[in-house]
Amino acid sequence: MKKTYRIEVDCANCANLMEDAVCKLPGVQTATVNFMTQKMSVTFSEGQEPGAVMEHVLSACKKIEPDCEIFL
Amino acid sequence: MQELIIDVLLVAVVLAAAFFLVSADRGKNDMTKKQKTMLKRILIASALLLGLQLLSDSLFVWLDAHLFPSAGRWGRFALYLADYFIIGHDILRKAARGVMNRRVFDENFLMAVATVGAMVLAVSSNGDYFEAIAVMLFYQIGEWFQSYAVGKSRRSISELMDIRPDHANIERDGRLEQVDPDEVEVGSIIIVQPGEKVPIDGVIREGRSTLNTSALTGESLPREIGPGDEIISGCINMTGVLKIETTKEFGASTVSKILDLVENASSKKSRSENFISKFAKIYTPIVCYSALALALLPPLVRALGMGLAPEWGVWIYRALTFLIISCPCALVISIPLSFFAGIGGASQAGVLVKGSNYLETLSKVRTVVFDKTGTLTQGVFEVNDIHHSELEREQLLEYAALAESASSHPISKSLQRACGKTLDRSRVTDIREISGNGVVAHVDGLEVAAGNDKLMRTLGIPYKDCHSTGTIIHMAVGGQYAGHIVISDIIKPSASEAIRALKKAGVEQTVMLTGDTRKVAEQVAEELGLDGVYSELLPADKVAKVEELLDQKNGRSKLAFVGDGINDAPVLSRADIGIAMGAMGSDAAIEAADVVLMDDDPMKIAKAIRISRKCLGIVYQNIALALGIKFVCLLLGAVGEVNMYMAIFADVGVMILAVLNAIRCLFVKDL
Repeated sequence: MKKTYRIEVDCANCANLMEDAVCKLPGVQTATVNFMTQKMSVTFSEGQEPGAVMEHVLSACKKIEPDCEIFL
Repeated sequence: MQELIIDVLLVAVVLAAAFFLVSADRGKNDMTKKQKTMLKRILIASALLLGLQLLSDSLFVWLDAHLFPSAGRWGRFALYLADYFIIGHDILRKAARGVMNRRVFDENFLMAVATVGAMVLAVSSNGDYFEAIAVMLFYQIGEWFQSYAVGKSRRSISELMDIRPDHANIERDGRLEQVDPDEVEVGSIIIVQPGEKVPIDGVIREGRSTLNTSALTGESLPREIGPGDEIISGCINMTGVLKIETTKEFGASTVSKILDLVENASSKKSRSENFISKFAKIYTPIVCYSALALALLPPLVRALGMGLAPEWGVWIYRALTFLIISCPCALVISIPLSFFAGIGGASQAGVLVKGSNYLETLSKVRTVVFDKTGTLTQGVFEVNDIHHSELEREQLLEYAALAESASSHPISKSLQRACGKTLDRSRVTDIREISGNGVVAHVDGLEVAAGNDKLMRTLGIPYKDCHSTGTIIHMAVGGQYAGHIVISDIIKPSASEAIRALKKAGVEQTVMLTGDTRKVAEQVAEELGLDGVYSELLPADKVAKVEELLDQKNGRSKLAFVGDGINDAPVLSRADIGIAMGAMGSDAAIEAADVVLMDDDPMKIAKAIRISRKCLGIVYQNIALALGIKFVCLLLGAVGEVNMYMAIFADVGVMILAVLNAIRCLFVKDL
C-alpha cells in the first residue's frame, strides 16, 4: 500500500537523509521524499498498519531535522 | 576598512529584515511562521551586534576600574554571548542533537564548531567576539534566504503546473451545486462556467465555447468546441457555459494523470542528483578530518620538527575558516531546484518529462527515430491532387464524393471533406460496391465509377497510370475515363522545419520507421530531409530495427523514439528515451513514454531537447561554480589568505548565485 503525505522540510540534504532513513525502517518497503513538492510517499510492506509505521517514520525524521513536520 | 564594510552590511541587514517583516505583517509576502521567527531573530541579533560595536571600549575599562577587576571583560563577554545565543541557539542545539544521534557531520555541526571555536579564541584573548557572531549571523541570513527563495520558487513552479480543478458543478433541482470532482460518477452531467477549469473528461452535450488549452499543450491559440466534441479536463473554458457528460472518473481523467506524473517526476533522480547526494555524504567527513588535521599537524610539525613556535591560535583559526567554507549547501540545493524548474518550464511549454533522469537523457540524444503515421504525418487521408481530369475539379470531386457517400471508409471520408459541400444523397441511386475495387453508382442519372485500376479493367475503360505516391482513385463518368484523384496521408506542416530544428539542436541522425510501402516512405523521407528510412515494417520489426540502431550508435549518445503512442508502446519502452506525441487523453502513450508531448506538433521534440540542454547546462554550471569557488577558497583558507568573513560570504554568496542560476531553468519560452 502506498500513501503520500505532505511534509515540511527546510533543506534538500535533510530530505535526502530522511529518505534514506525512512527506507531502512521496518514496515517500509520504499519511500521517496520529494523536497520540491514537499511530499513524502511511503510504500508500506504487506500487512503493516500505516498509522503505526508512520510514528516511527516521524521520529526517524525528527532525529535528522528536529523542526521537520509530517502532516499525517 | 573591513569593520566598516561589515557595519554597513549590518545596517543594511537590519533595514531589509525590518522591511520584510513589516511587509509580511501586511500580508504582502508569504513567509512561513518559521521564516518569520528566524527573520525576527536576525533583526534583533544584528541590531544588538551593531549596538555593541558602537559601545566604546572605555565603558568596559571604566567598569573594570569601578566594580571589580575584569568586570568589564566578563560583562562584555556576557553581552556578546547573549547575542550569540539569540542568533545561534538552534544551530548549537541541532549540532548537539546530531552528535547524540550519531549524525556528526552536517552543516550545523560545522557552523557550531567554527563559531564556538572562534568564541573560545576570542575569550582567551579578550578579543574580537564580533567575528564569531557575524559569521553565525550571516550563515543564518544565508539559510533564511535559501529557505525563502527556494520556497517561493517552489510555490511559483507548482502554481504553474497546477491544473487541479477545485470543484465540479452539478445541477440539482435547478440549482448549481459545487461538489468534489472525486464524487462525480461516470455519465453525470457537469456544468462548466466561463473562466472555470474543466474538471473531468467528457463529451459536450450543450453549449459552445472556446477553450484555453495552454496549461496542457503550451499552445496559446484558443480552441473552438461545440456539442458532440470530446473535451479533456485541465482546459479552461473561456466564453460560454458548457454542459458536459462525463466519460471518466476524476481519478482516470487526463488532469489527474498529468498531475500524478508531474508530481512524481522529481522523485526519479538524475545521475547528477545522485552524484551530489553521494558526494555530500563523503565530502563533509573528509572536510572535517582535513580541518582537524589543519589544526593539529602544522603546529606539531612546527614545534617538534622545525623548532618554531607552534602558533596554535593561527592554525585553529584557519581550520575553523576551512570548516565554514566547506558547507555543501549550494550544491545540494541548486541541483534538484534546477531539475525541478526545468521540468516545470517544460510542462509550461506542453512537454511533460517524467523524471529528472529523463531530462538528463534527453540532453544527450543524438539519434531520433520517428514513427511515420501520426508523428510526421497527420494520419488522416486527404485529397492531394487530381490528374488528367476531363471535368472541372470540383465537379469531379463532387461525383466521387457522391458515389462514395454510402461508405464510411477513411478514403471516402476524405473525398467528402475535400468536396466541402453538403451532399444531397437523393441524387445517388443504384450504389454497387465492388469489394476491393471500388464503387459504381448513378449520380443524377449518370453512371459514375470510382475505384482502383482493377475496377477500370473490369469495366473495360482505358485508364492512365499515375506516378504520384498514395492511393489512386480512377474515375469514369458516363463510361468515359475522367481522370484520377490522388489521396495520401499528408505531412504535418511543421514536420520538415522540425527536422531542421533537430539538426540545429545537434541531433546527428534522423530515421523514420513505417509500415507503409517503400515508395510512400521514401518520398516522405526525401521531402523531410531524413537521414534514413525503413519501410514495410511490422510492429515487431520496429523493435528489432530500434535495437539495431541502438547497437550502431556510439557509447554515450542516446537514441530517442518518437511515436504517437498507438501500437508502438514496445518501441517506446525499448529506446533510451521514448517520446509520445499528441498524447492528450491517450493512456497507453502516457504510460509507456518517458517524455510526453501534449500536442501533435513535431517542433516540440527539438524544443524538449533544447530545454533539457539548457537545464543540464545550468546544472553543470552550478556544479562547476560551487565546487570551483569552494576549492579555491579551501586552499586559500588553508594557507591563511581567507578570513572568516570572506569564508561565510563565499559560502552564502555561492549558494545565492547557484539558486538564482537554477531558477533560470524555468524560462524556456523563447528556446
